[in-house]
Amino acid sequence: MWTHSAGNPGEIAVYEQLISDFNASQTRYEVVQEDFPQGSYNEAVTTAAAARKLPCLLDMDGPVMPNWAWAGYLQPLGLPDDLVNSLLPTTVGRYKATVYSAGYWEAALAIFARKSVLDKNNIRIPTVDRPWTLDEFDAAVATLKASGYRTPLDLGAADKGEWWSYAYSPMLQSTGGDLVDRASMKTAEGALNGPDAVKFFTWFQQAFEKGWADNAGPIGNQRFIDDAVALSYTGVWNAKAALDSVGDDLLILPPVDFGKGPKIGGGSWQWGISAGCKNVDGAREYLEFSFQDKYLTAFADSQVVIPSTAAAAKASKYFSDNADLREFAVLSQKFALARPATPGYPVISSSFEKAAKDIMSGAEVKSTLDAAVRAIDADIASQNGYGF
Amino acid sequence: MAVQKGERVLSRRRRLWIYLAMTGLAVFFLFPLVFMFVSSLKPDGQILSDVGGWRAFLPVGDISVDNYSGVFDRVPVGRFLLNSVIVTTVVVVAGLVVNSMAGFALSRMRWTGRGVVLGVVIATLIVPFETIAVPMVYWVTQLPTLVFENGWIAYDFGWLDTYEVQIIPFIANGFSVFLFAQYFKTIPTAIDEAARIDGAGWFTIYRRIAVPLSGPAFATVAILTFLPAWNQYLWPSMVVQDEDLRPVMVGMQYFFQENTAWGEVMAYTSMITLPVLVVFLAFQRAFVSSVAASGVKG
Repeated sequence: MWTHSAGNPGEIAVYEQLISDFNASQTRYEVVQEDFPQGSYNEAVTTAAAARKLPCLLDMDGPVMPNWAWAGYLQPLGLPDDLVNSLLPTTVGRYKATVYSAGYWEAALAIFARKSVLDKNNIRIPTVDRPWTLDEFDAAVATLKASGYRTPLDLGAADKGEWWSYAYSPMLQSTGGDLVDRASMKTAEGALNGPDAVKFFTWFQQAFEKGWADNAGPIGNQRFIDDAVALSYTGVWNAKAALDSVGDDLLILPPVDFGKGPKIGGGSWQWGISAGCKNVDGAREYLEFSFQDKYLTAFADSQVVIPSTAAAAKASKYFSDNADLREFAVLSQKFALARPATPGYPVISSSFEKAAKDIMSGAEVKSTLDAAVRAIDADIASQNGYGF
Repeated sequence: MAVQKGERVLSRRRRLWIYLAMTGLAVFFLFPLVFMFVSSLKPDGQILSDVGGWRAFLPVGDISVDNYSGVFDRVPVGRFLLNSVIVTTVVVVAGLVVNSMAGFALSRMRWTGRGVVLGVVIATLIVPFETIAVPMVYWVTQLPTLVFENGWIAYDFGWLDTYEVQIIPFIANGFSVFLFAQYFKTIPTAIDEAARIDGAGWFTIYRRIAVPLSGPAFATVAILTFLPAWNQYLWPSMVVQDEDLRPVMVGMQYFFQENTAWGEVMAYTSMITLPVLVVFLAFQRAFVSSVAASGVKG
């Protein structure tokens, strides 16, 4: 069994307990764990797949799953329907209606703020039922800028890689655009370069031009903790540290409604079974064992991520009904949208990142999006539509 | 007399300026190392808030060795260091032997096709490793190997998860062969002829004459082989799955989770940079001498 968790002692400790419990619970199978650092995990998997040396069980980032399923690395998960149906929808990885992966947890993004700062500036505190509209958000950021914050908003633009699609494509989707035409999965034309996409990216560009946001970094949530920014668009994984620093003054706010309702990215790390696994029954038995609520709660509390079942969330010290970070579970249930389940996603994601970075740096919006659409469509065409 | 005194003063002033400039340059080049070591003693929040000012280079604030203990909690650093020492030592030592012999054969011995072979060796320098990494993975999975199973030696295929997959592909090196060949050319051929008259064979000439006269070339190749071998990241990421066989650079990725543990990154880099500094300082004089002699630029 391979994980991407090397260097993460808390997560590894839960895996060790889980594996020890499983190995002790029966005598037919023995699960052996090998941990890889996340930064080189995908290379290790693709290399092992080429060498036909994949382990039976491997975890994967949600949006990568369709590519690995299409490439023949994975086989259908084959877990019981009642187990799969008990999980948050975005923690189940489906490719062409077949379940290939399922995860123990989900992540969620939110806007971090200080209640005292919003109150002082007479800014309405948004709720899940009544999030900020784009006009309200613009006005709030402008007010905060005028109040003395040199850069009032940290969008996390210093980060790179999958963060860009994970963080900013939900804003695009909230405006009415998308990464690709999800109905056909054969083109990004109209979705990534239509009027809604142009509208969103024009706003995105202006947010940097007006000095509302920058890409100076550091990556993470340090600027919010230092009160160098008033609003921070970041993930649940930063919530514990923010809570420890800011205390009761911390607000976990829903994402902005750009016009079509708030959206946040869905689909975190999930488990699958390799196509060449010689002990499929054992792999399935282990996975079934591993989805017990007590382990999901343990993972969630060690990682500060949202458990994938309601029962596990109820038992969590962070995500139970009255717990401090419960809001993230609500945001995930109400607003999470999985990234497009297509094998072409890696190219879609990298093209989106390049276009968004160029636009942030001042590139002309429409022509930059057109170039991204051409790159995505060329990749899809070169693979004969990836089977769609 | 007055002119000589004036020249002495001028010379002293000039020397002072030169030393000042050299000290300034030394400090400039030391900044990254100082920043790395000083930051390894600070908590993450302080590292980030100190960046951009002089405090980043000073051991001030909340100083401790917590980051170093954190490194040991997160990474089997001793194991990774041992693996890198084994891999790097064998690559360097075997590389010196193999590449110097090849360079000797190409520069001192007369044989048909020598020019073509040297051309092919030099041509390998223009092929980036990244372009051949994937085919190499395929090859190493097909290579035969011996394994020990239940007390028996068995025949198997595939070198993944071994030391040899990290060592053998990097022993022969076109640049090292070229550098040795160039250096050996500077040794007068009359010495070879005299040795042959005395009954020496090519191996004796190589071992007794060429090698002892080529210390700077060996030092240069040792350093130029040591650095990439110590810094290997892509290749072991692809071919080493067993944590017990991973080298130090792969360990760097252990710190880059959702939030980077910058203090531990600095502590880890301080620990793994130390061997590189020791090797460079040990070979520095010979390295500079060889660069000057061979005209090689880094």
